[in-house]
Amino acid sequence: MRKTWRNALPRYLILTIFMLFVLLPISGMFLSAFKTDTQIIQGPFSLTSSLNPENFERAWITGRFNVFFKNSVFVATVVVILSVFLSTLTGYAFGMLPLPGKKWLLTLIILGFMVPFEAVLIPLYNLMDMIGLRDTYWAIILPQVALSLSFGTLWMSSFFEEAPKELADAAAIDGCSRWQTLWLVLWPLAKPAVTTLVVLFFVWTWNEFLLALVMVQDEALRTLPVGLAFFQGRHSGNIPLMAAGAIIVAVPTILVYILFQRFFIRGMLGGAVKG
Amino acid sequence: MARQNAAYPGESKWKGWLYLGPAFLLYTIFVLIPLIGTLYNSLFRWDGFSANREFIFLDNFKQLFTDSEFLNALKNNLIFVIFFCVLPIIIGLALSTLLGRIPIKGLTFFRTVLFLPQIISMVVIGVIWRWMFNPVFGPINLSLKSIGLGGLTRTWLGDFNWALPSVGAVGSWVQYGFCMLLFLAGMQRIPQEYYEASSLDGADQWQQLKSITIPSLRPEIGVALVTTIVAALRVFDLVFVTTRGGPGQATMVAGFLIYRTAFIQKNFGYASAMAIVLTVIILFISLLVRRFQQRDEDKS
Repeated sequence: MRKTWRNALPRYLILTIFMLFVLLPISGMFLSAFKTDTQIIQGPFSLTSSLNPENFERAWITGRFNVFFKNSVFVATVVVILSVFLSTLTGYAFGMLPLPGKKWLLTLIILGFMVPFEAVLIPLYNLMDMIGLRDTYWAIILPQVALSLSFGTLWMSSFFEEAPKELADAAAIDGCSRWQTLWLVLWPLAKPAVTTLVVLFFVWTWNEFLLALVMVQDEALRTLPVGLAFFQGRHSGNIPLMAAGAIIVAVPTILVYILFQRFFIRGMLGGAVKG
Repeated sequence: MARQNAAYPGESKWKGWLYLGPAFLLYTIFVLIPLIGTLYNSLFRWDGFSANREFIFLDNFKQLFTDSEFLNALKNNLIFVIFFCVLPIIIGLALSTLLGRIPIKGLTFFRTVLFLPQIISMVVIGVIWRWMFNPVFGPINLSLKSIGLGGLTRTWLGDFNWALPSVGAVGSWVQYGFCMLLFLAGMQRIPQEYYEASSLDGADQWQQLKSITIPSLRPEIGVALVTTIVAALRVFDLVFVTTRGGPGQATMVAGFLIYRTAFIQKNFGYASAMAIVLTVIILFISLLVRRFQQRDEDKS
């Protein structure tokens, strides 16, 4: 017992060093949010005697993070619902239905996987302007959904390919239509796959910056990352205030990640290897 | 296919398209058509708003290849490949080799933390590191001073020589946990006997890494290469928040230059040409890595 511990010790030491290297900047920033301007100079890990919530109040109200938060929640919710619904349909079509042109479609999907936002951004901007959607939530939501579909389709189709075909056949014999088989028989089995998709889409949408920056100029419609970037432009010297803003942006994704990390890591690692 | 139709006699073979339809429509309108639009726009001199649109064919591209600003941005992107890709993969391989394949108690906790940079908004990461690098009250300079190395303090992000490696280091910080966990997960697949047999034959850890671990991790290394190289070429948020390309052009990257040329300088045609060049480079590298992987899979 003692010997195994001694063997494991160097491993833990290495892991701890590299973990601290990640953790220290993040936690240092978190601590800063509770300090006053003058306490900052005493070093990143000087603890304050009084936890000071003032910065959060200022960021939330004066900095309008309450508005940005609401915008982010709305955009992320709609994107997640639409993308998951559509990916389920396309994944079902790819995994279980007759689909002429499948090979050709797959090439298109992989294209969507690799194309950077920059490659579509300028025409998208003109398009949104033309149809009157620029400076609305939809200018962020629709392209974000469209670009999520590549990953979503591949992810869900691999679920449907592995799902028991006998079950779908049995449902057909019992008189279920394709539609009913999907939602009544297969959907309940898809829970883990769908959870992964929900978590990934949420985090990606929440953090999306370039699209939200370009499509929305109206400050009242900004999402949190864009709001934070402009906030930084105005208050870059005020570290505690910046830290408070950064925490408001980061905490929702960190919470979702901690609650669903099994699904998240499986999606990031597994999806990556498959893709 | 025959079996599927057996369960649904008389079903149209186009049924799948019914399910594909709505998604395909969205994808066409918001990805495919804009992609063609960028290609089309790149042949014009256009401010993006007026009807004054002049067809200049490939002149934008000709100009690009002598545009020192654009070439400098691409060079910076390439330097970022070292920081976003090469370093994290080396660190990831080294760490996962050191950790070995023996189950580690509490690995879940370490895994959770190491993955954190992947889920935090790049804007937040930029804010964090601007504070870390702050010349007056940033933890890096404060620590250097406190251990008597005050001579090493810099203005990091404001320094012409240090800004690029400083932002690059943030990229390494974001990516190494991802690479490490990817490789650790892949190593669970390698049979322990390979290592045992090779150590009986007198192979040391370095030889094992070269002849067992790296070849077996080929799919994971391929994924790490594509993901991190694409991240290095597409970097935008981080530069926007930390340096805005400065000081001077020291940290200017293609993504930021495209944004500035299009949406600040209103030169949509020229920015589209830049976007096309960047996209071609990204597609080329992704396909190249893919091709290598497939050839290796065929061999084995």
